[in-house]
Amino acid sequence: MATDAITTLRADTASLPFVVRLHEWVTTVDHKRLGILYIVYALVFLIIGGIEAAIMRIQLIRPHNNFVSPEVFNQMFTMHGTTMIFFVVMPMLFGFANYLVPLMIGARDMAFPRLNAFSFWLTAFGGILLYFSFLGANGLYGDGTAPDVGWFAYAPLTSKTFSLGHSTDFWTLSLLVSGFGSIGTAVNIIATVFCMRCPGMTLAKMPLLAWLNLVMAVLVILAVSPLSAAQIMLAVDRYLGGHFFDTQAGGSAVIWMHFFWIFGHPEVYVLVIPAFAFASEIIPVFSRKAIFGYPVMVAATVCIAFISMSVWAHHMFTVGMNANANTFFVLSTMAIAVPTGIKIFNWLATMWGGKIHFKTPMLFCIGFLFQFLIAGLTGIMLSAAPFTWHLGNSYFVVAHFHYVIVGAILFATFGGFYYWFSKMSGKMYNEKLGKLHFWLFVIGFHLTFDFMHIPGLLGMPRRIYTYEPGRGWDTLNLIITIGVFFQAAGILVFVANLLWSYFHGETAGSDPWDAWTLEWSTSSPPPAYNFAIIPEVRSRRPLWDRKHPEDPDWKYE
Amino acid sequence: MNAQPAIISDVNITWDLPSRGRVGMFCLISAESAIFTIFVVAYLFYVGKSLTGPLPRDVLHAPIFFTICLLSSSLTIHLAVKSLKRAKVGGFALWWFLTLALGATFLAGTAREWRRLIYDEGLTIQTNLFGTTYYSLVGLHGFHVTVGLLAITTVLLFTLLGYVRQEHAERVDVLALYWHFVDAV
Repeated sequence: MATDAITTLRADTASLPFVVRLHEWVTTVDHKRLGILYIVYALVFLIIGGIEAAIMRIQLIRPHNNFVSPEVFNQMFTMHGTTMIFFVVMPMLFGFANYLVPLMIGARDMAFPRLNAFSFWLTAFGGILLYFSFLGANGLYGDGTAPDVGWFAYAPLTSKTFSLGHSTDFWTLSLLVSGFGSIGTAVNIIATVFCMRCPGMTLAKMPLLAWLNLVMAVLVILAVSPLSAAQIMLAVDRYLGGHFFDTQAGGSAVIWMHFFWIFGHPEVYVLVIPAFAFASEIIPVFSRKAIFGYPVMVAATVCIAFISMSVWAHHMFTVGMNANANTFFVLSTMAIAVPTGIKIFNWLATMWGGKIHFKTPMLFCIGFLFQFLIAGLTGIMLSAAPFTWHLGNSYFVVAHFHYVIVGAILFATFGGFYYWFSKMSGKMYNEKLGKLHFWLFVIGFHLTFDFMHIPGLLGMPRRIYTYEPGRGWDTLNLIITIGVFFQAAGILVFVANLLWSYFHGETAGSDPWDAWTLEWSTSSPPPAYNFAIIPEVRSRRPLWDRKHPEDPDWKYE
Repeated sequence: MNAQPAIISDVNITWDLPSRGRVGMFCLISAESAIFTIFVVAYLFYVGKSLTGPLPRDVLHAPIFFTICLLSSSLTIHLAVKSLKRAKVGGFALWWFLTLALGATFLAGTAREWRRLIYDEGLTIQTNLFGTTYYSLVGLHGFHVTVGLLAITTVLLFTLLGYVRQEHAERVDVLALYWHFVDAV
């Protein structure tokens, strides 16, 4: 009866006028709608952040270029970094977590639906606040508009003396606001996973995506809170005349670095663990095999999260810490390669002997595997302190972390987009356009970021506005910028594919991939109440059990 | 829309999950602890690094009475929740009011301490590193006490209006959890 009522309501909504539908989206507390809001919001900022990257690359396409002024260049790299980390990757992954975790654990919604909406709007206003700085940050001195202090905003650049006007205030406040949003979402994910699982779904039977997002949420709580604390301190310094990072009064610029990287390094894992989660769901389905080594995957993830809390100062080898500190952070950083390596071998073992279907989501996950491996290898190179003394703050570092964030995280996320698009929209994406996106992006990615390592090795520092000709950097920079155009074309194809498929795609049906987790047991898109009857599960692959009652998983687990 | 459950189980699964209020509050407390930790680290790191006076040993006295007030409010709130669980709303209101009074006393004590430091000792947030770290840390705590007191006042108003009953004990308990955290800090 209740089911009928809700179904009718849904049928009505489609024909309602635009303002009413908009009002429904703005006031929604449904985890699926909030998830989609997060994802769309992140896609908009992905385009903005991408344009900023393209502006930087056009500026560096040849020596002594004058495409933008040095001031604008500084704003571009600051805004690009801040946008991509805080307003693209995090909201995108939160969106997927919001959408998928309740469906995968057989729940009707998140634990705190209203907190969920509140967190989304905090994040959204944080991003808007940051970009409002382009208009509103002139302040009394008419100096600077957008923040231009770099995405990690080292002291004393952020002090009143060196950052007149309000651009830095916009930076710190927008990160504070969106940080509270992130903490709210993390609280919500943890409470959802612990308190909302459907009967029979013990922690050991949860899909890996739910497990990995749980670990991600714990890391958000432990990492974003210190960042919020540091932002409060910076605001105290700037607004109340405090001396936290004021060396003139005995304060320390280095302690800002510590506080920032106590956030900054776990943050990398906040971003990459959900990417692992996508790979852990997609690779088994397209290899037609259950994931290899489920308990080890969970243990390795927890291990990564644990170690990632004690590696932050490897971002600070060039600052000049004492030998003991350097040694500790070198060893802890290298140690993190062990659980990460375990995960890569597990994904490979899942594919080994499987009947691999090379659909777009799987292609992106295979790209993720190879590129994440290389990113990890340059990571181990940089974890050796003497190596970083040579290459710290060079383009080698930029190439390394873009290999992680684009090559691994973004690739896995694209895989997730194509995999769950059918669930979220009810339509299939266009496979040809998907493959075109993949190949354009692979070519562009490797042109840009493979070649970016070399000017770094040749001594090109990051964040320089322009450079002298004849240092061997010219051709390389040209190639890097050409790669950006391939990536931009890939993104255009991607957006076109999403839009076209949403309006004209084939109907997907509830389970187009013959997958095994609970989100595929409900219709596409799922009804507001998710499951008409809360499911009961007995194994890690409940849909396998249902499709193969003669040979269910729970007999073997 | 698939209506059938994923698996029709032949055994009855006993299913008992933790309360989401408590789990959520524990998460919030973890996040808050991380924030406080950073402020405490900053305070300790800068001890003895101020370039000018006044220094902590010149102006700070241990506020023993007010600390006892705050710590004992943990006990009263515990007793309040215990009363409510046994459906004694009158006892609950009494212990709850006592918690509010003790918390407010602590806040008044902090205010008096700050007044003395600012007007008599001339220590402000701008004076030196000690001032910056001290006022930020204590101010952050004071802010949390204030938020807690506002929440407690709200519940007290609802109690006096007769809306709070035994079945609300679990929710009140979650608030008490927050208050224990504020006290411990």
